[in-house]
Amino acid sequence: MQLHGLSAHELAHGLAAREFSAREVVEDHLSHIKAVEDGVQAFLLTTPETACAEADAVDQARAAGEDLPPLAGVPVAHKDLFCTRGVRTTCGSRILEDFVPPYDATVVARCREARLPVLGKTNMDEFAMGSSTENSAFQVTGNPWDLERVPGGSSGGSAAAVAAGEAPFALGTDTGGSIRQPASLCGIVGMKPTYGRVSRYGVVAYASSLDQVGPFARNVTDCALLLGTIAGHDTMDATSVTDAPPDYVAEMRRGVDGLRAGLPKELFGEGIDPAVKSTILAAVDKLANLGIEIEEVEMPHVDYSLPCYYIIAPAECSSNLARYDGVRYGHRTAEPVSDIYDLFSKSRAEGFGPEVRLRIMLGTYTLSAGYYDAYYVKALKVRTLIKSDFDRAFEKYDVLLSPTSPTTAFKIGEKADDPLEMKLADICTIPVNLAGLPGMSVPCGFVEGLPVGMQIIGKPFGEPEMLRVAYGYEQAMGWERRRAAL
Amino acid sequence: MPLQPTIGLEVHAELSTKSKMFCSCANEFGAPPDSHTCPVCLGLPGSLPVPNRQAVESVIRTGLALGCHVAERCRFARKNYFYPDLAKNFQISQYDEPLTHDGHIDLEGEGQPVRIRIRRAHLEEDTGKNIHLSDGHTLVEYNRCGVPLMEVVTEPDFRTAEHVREYLYTLRSILQYLGVSSADMEKGQMRCEPTINWIDPDTGERTPKVEIKNLNSIKSVYEAVKYELARQKRAAAMGEEELVQETRRWDEAKLVTATMRLKETADDYMYFPEPDLAPLAPEPEWIEEIRASLPELPRARAQRLVVDYGLPAYDAGVLTETRDLADYFEAVAAAVPDAKLASNWVMGDVRAWLNQEGGDISTLPLAPTALSELVSLVAAGTINNTTAKDVFAKMIAEGKGAQEIVEAEGLAQISDTGELERLVERAIADNPKIVEDYRGGKRKAIGALVGAVMKATRGQANAGLVNKLLKKKLG
Ligand SMILES: [Zn+2]
Repeated sequence: MQLHGLSAHELAHGLAAREFSAREVVEDHLSHIKAVEDGVQAFLLTTPETACAEADAVDQARAAGEDLPPLAGVPVAHKDLFCTRGVRTTCGSRILEDFVPPYDATVVARCREARLPVLGKTNMDEFAMGSSTENSAFQVTGNPWDLERVPGGSSGGSAAAVAAGEAPFALGTDTGGSIRQPASLCGIVGMKPTYGRVSRYGVVAYASSLDQVGPFARNVTDCALLLGTIAGHDTMDATSVTDAPPDYVAEMRRGVDGLRAGLPKELFGEGIDPAVKSTILAAVDKLANLGIEIEEVEMPHVDYSLPCYYIIAPAECSSNLARYDGVRYGHRTAEPVSDIYDLFSKSRAEGFGPEVRLRIMLGTYTLSAGYYDAYYVKALKVRTLIKSDFDRAFEKYDVLLSPTSPTTAFKIGEKADDPLEMKLADICTIPVNLAGLPGMSVPCGFVEGLPVGMQIIGKPFGEPEMLRVAYGYEQAMGWERRRAAL
Repeated sequence: MPLQPTIGLEVHAELSTKSKMFCSCANEFGAPPDSHTCPVCLGLPGSLPVPNRQAVESVIRTGLALGCHVAERCRFARKNYFYPDLAKNFQISQYDEPLTHDGHIDLEGEGQPVRIRIRRAHLEEDTGKNIHLSDGHTLVEYNRCGVPLMEVVTEPDFRTAEHVREYLYTLRSILQYLGVSSADMEKGQMRCEPTINWIDPDTGERTPKVEIKNLNSIKSVYEAVKYELARQKRAAAMGEEELVQETRRWDEAKLVTATMRLKETADDYMYFPEPDLAPLAPEPEWIEEIRASLPELPRARAQRLVVDYGLPAYDAGVLTETRDLADYFEAVAAAVPDAKLASNWVMGDVRAWLNQEGGDISTLPLAPTALSELVSLVAAGTINNTTAKDVFAKMIAEGKGAQEIVEAEGLAQISDTGELERLVERAIADNPKIVEDYRGGKRKAIGALVGAVMKATRGQANAGLVNKLLKKKLG
């Protein structure tokens, strides 16, 4: 039976009705991975033995009449940025090529508690720095809609795996758009929850004040289900919020009636591909038809998001990545060294790729005495202004709508030599991270056969309203039924 | 005007909390290498810090005891530098927003009170330890990595090494009284780095700042500051050597400081607010709760001992050096008629025993009530001081009570006038030469006669009584 095309909630339903076993679900996905992975290259590592063992355990528990969590037996894939006990975690970097963590990230543990067999670890830009997954030290992932094109990034492996049907859903992280942009480019649903909604414990840090874990799925329901699985307070993360998350699926079904949406002018401006823009505006019209009140809104400080982000994120990254020094774990140079500092610099120079080195140097520079006030402190002030733009907008609106990415998927190698052009890929998503808000991307059409995603931005902990809009739109349009042909 | 010395101190104290600063590993000294480690204190990828409330409370307690202001809101900051004992290659510390600030410690000085201003007392995490092997390899041990550390920074208010020493004794005993740190410099639980330079009060010109490291006891801090003050004064006044901004290492064997590292430029630690931790905002009710629970501090306690027990200030100072010693003294004094006698015993024989054994009062195998019993026997004249010292030793050695030992061994003083009169008469009869001397005006000769009686009674005669009887008989 072909099970890999089914959605997570269809799989969960079939498993509960004993139409098929978890073992069959996992095996079918594994064989599909085998069939398409040569072209897609979404996975850095698959874990077939443990996935089958986890599936068998679910089947046995079900046979024994045990109470099981609702998604038990539905397989998942993890971005290779999450620590997985006993399973190599590379972060897409040579410096952690052989790193095997002794502990599970909280999100990994929550998926385990939900009895989701783990298919493997997915490819990513090194340490989540990039927008195309081309910065992976190990392989280039193809976009399932056109394997010559990038899947977006940095969580490109997870996005491609879900779009290619290799996994029904997957987890990624989003620091400046790393879930939403690849979701958009791969024609699937992806959500970055509110900062603090999901634990970051065990998620290898890029920029601590911006990083957040979130789900990828092929439809809004599955996205809500996976979000519900990972959301909630964690005593191991001092920035995780204490109040309990709502039932996202129930919230999602409450309809769009009475919701108000704003269109930030600044996110439809220069740099947005006209065809992408008109696709988004068509989707906006559809939402208006569904009864959502829509208005344009001005958010003047949002224009400064990109420079602000490229001060704050590299600063935090330069400190977060200092621990990779070849002393305790990870790559250590084989060259002769004169002293400990020589060992540090040789190991780091060999272990990190060019984009990571660039951001570490950028961050070290802006945090240095004499530059700190001019760059870092100023960026924090701009961040506050951007946040207050959003606060003002959300006094009036429940959600904000924009393109997720200014373009559709670009060719592999096309922007690799143009770091600035590459960074513009996140122009619509970065402001959301700076403000700590939730944002999601939902498929809303195609331009020349390539998917386009609409970004829905919510107020703090406004995931329910975002899901209502996304679900209402999905029900009306049915884009999720269109699949990449591999 | 002559040059004036300015000395400032940075003191680090390991807090005696149950767990480490940002994880739940035990904060315990002397465990097997790396046995108290986890992903957080090893700085593994993905790990995150969660602040220890007990450590925050300890710093607030200390801050309040030092008269500091407790910040309504403060932040942790990352201090970035590469070193293998620092698992993350940054230390979580506090920078421009310390938890407590602007307090003071008053010193006795030399009869002239001296106020040392406290700039701040803040919270940070300790590093691991590098262990250099003889074969040139270095091992790193991480049990200490992440232990809560409090840093107490003074203004450069010290003028003499003696003040520095008094400050350290005072701070140590305050920390011990508060129960926040064992503060033993020999065990590395308290570390001190003085910064020393000279200022010309007329011109405001200063000599370069010199920081001293490798100080492992209060005594070495004292010696090093004294040495360094003299060295710098000579250098500044005579131009013997050029003063430079540097870190110098104290050489415990040679009793000198030597250049460790020149500081041509200020260190750049690239501090920035710790993004993994929200700002710290201790609730006002909590601060008041802590304030209300502050114990009586050493200085106040010493003053009370003078008033309540009529002790000399010196005794009160010694007895209140540690909270446990003062508690012990008060328990003994409560059950004896003569507090000064109790003080003599605690300051004398008890402390002598502790010094000899190298332990603190908790190691003394003698409950306060047991010592009270002994002191009471002395006070009542049942035994004299010499006998009491032997009884004290026997009590410790045999674990028996004072009364029990005195009775079993017949050690009670002979105060029977009849028996003593007979012995006095015999001493006079046996020593005609001495009697003659005494009567001839050598009043001191009486001592020899007392000695003869004491010898005859193997020291058990009541010496005061013997003296009186002799004087009476000799006329
Ligand atoms: Zn630990």
